[in-house]
Amino acid sequence: MAIAAAMVAVGASFGAIAVSYGLPLWLPFLMSTAVFAGGAQFLAVGLIAAGNPVAAVLGGLLLNARHLPFGLAVSDTIGPRWRDRLVGSHLMTDETVAFTLAEPDPAGRRRTYWLIGLTLFTFWNVGTAVGVLLGGATGDPATLGLDAAFPAGLIALITPSLRDRETRLVALTGAGVAVVLTPVLPAGLPVMCALLGLLALFLPRRASGQQASRPTSPTAEPSRPVEPC
Amino acid sequence: MLIAAILTLAVGTYALRLGGVVLRGRLRLSARTRKVLPLAATALLAALAATAALTENAGPAGVARPAGVAVGALLAWRKVPFVVVVVAAAGTAALLRLAGVP
Repeated sequence: MAIAAAMVAVGASFGAIAVSYGLPLWLPFLMSTAVFAGGAQFLAVGLIAAGNPVAAVLGGLLLNARHLPFGLAVSDTIGPRWRDRLVGSHLMTDETVAFTLAEPDPAGRRRTYWLIGLTLFTFWNVGTAVGVLLGGATGDPATLGLDAAFPAGLIALITPSLRDRETRLVALTGAGVAVVLTPVLPAGLPVMCALLGLLALFLPRRASGQQASRPTSPTAEPSRPVEPC
Repeated sequence: MLIAAILTLAVGTYALRLGGVVLRGRLRLSARTRKVLPLAATALLAALAATAALTENAGPAGVARPAGVAVGALLAWRKVPFVVVVVAAAGTAALLRLAGVP
């Protein structure tokens, strides 16, 4: 049930953020039911609000490309029946896959996949509705600091991954590139340029502790308060 | 345009999900691809968080919002629950604005 509560919280912040961006009310609902992928929804809503729906689609799909290997991993659990495959695939998320693969036996995996998948889908949409209602009820989002809630929520989502040193290096380099390029590129593109952060993987091992040595990331860049490390 | 973008994202995402399930045994992803996909995902989300925290309309975002996000990030790093992180970030920004900080 802890995971259901977390889903409601994240879903609510998604709904509230979509509304605070001034996007139509149906949009968060359509995304939460039809896309059903937290990270991609946040990314897409941010890029759509910035006026770049094409970047929203491309960025969202790139983000969701990880579902392909997920599908390979849980294919046996979902089974060969087409009804199960068609419905089960839509329930696939980071959390569903993680909980499923943590179960030792096939029967437990199968039960966990459907239980977690359906629970997450339900509470994600409940959360979205709560967020839309709350977000709609509050007047100016900036007065309540909702504009700070969105990036903080994103950071909370990726913090577990950032504990891995290599992931942190790539992510922080990418974030730095995006911030530096924001004044000069059209909306949406700087975030996509964060993929240049992957180049940090090819740095010589000894330099990998100092991301500022990357040529595309100017050393003059001010320290970024969002990254607590 | 808006609805087309969301439906494209929805259909594409579903195809990626179903693709993995159906192609099991017929598709081999290299170890490198398998490793890079989650890295790319985290990099995109980190960039979105950083630009949303620090910039507004291609310029700096003032002080209150980055300060609020910094408080949230610190709490997230210390494994505080998600709801507390979000509320603390929003609360910090709101209080700073109340005090006249831009």
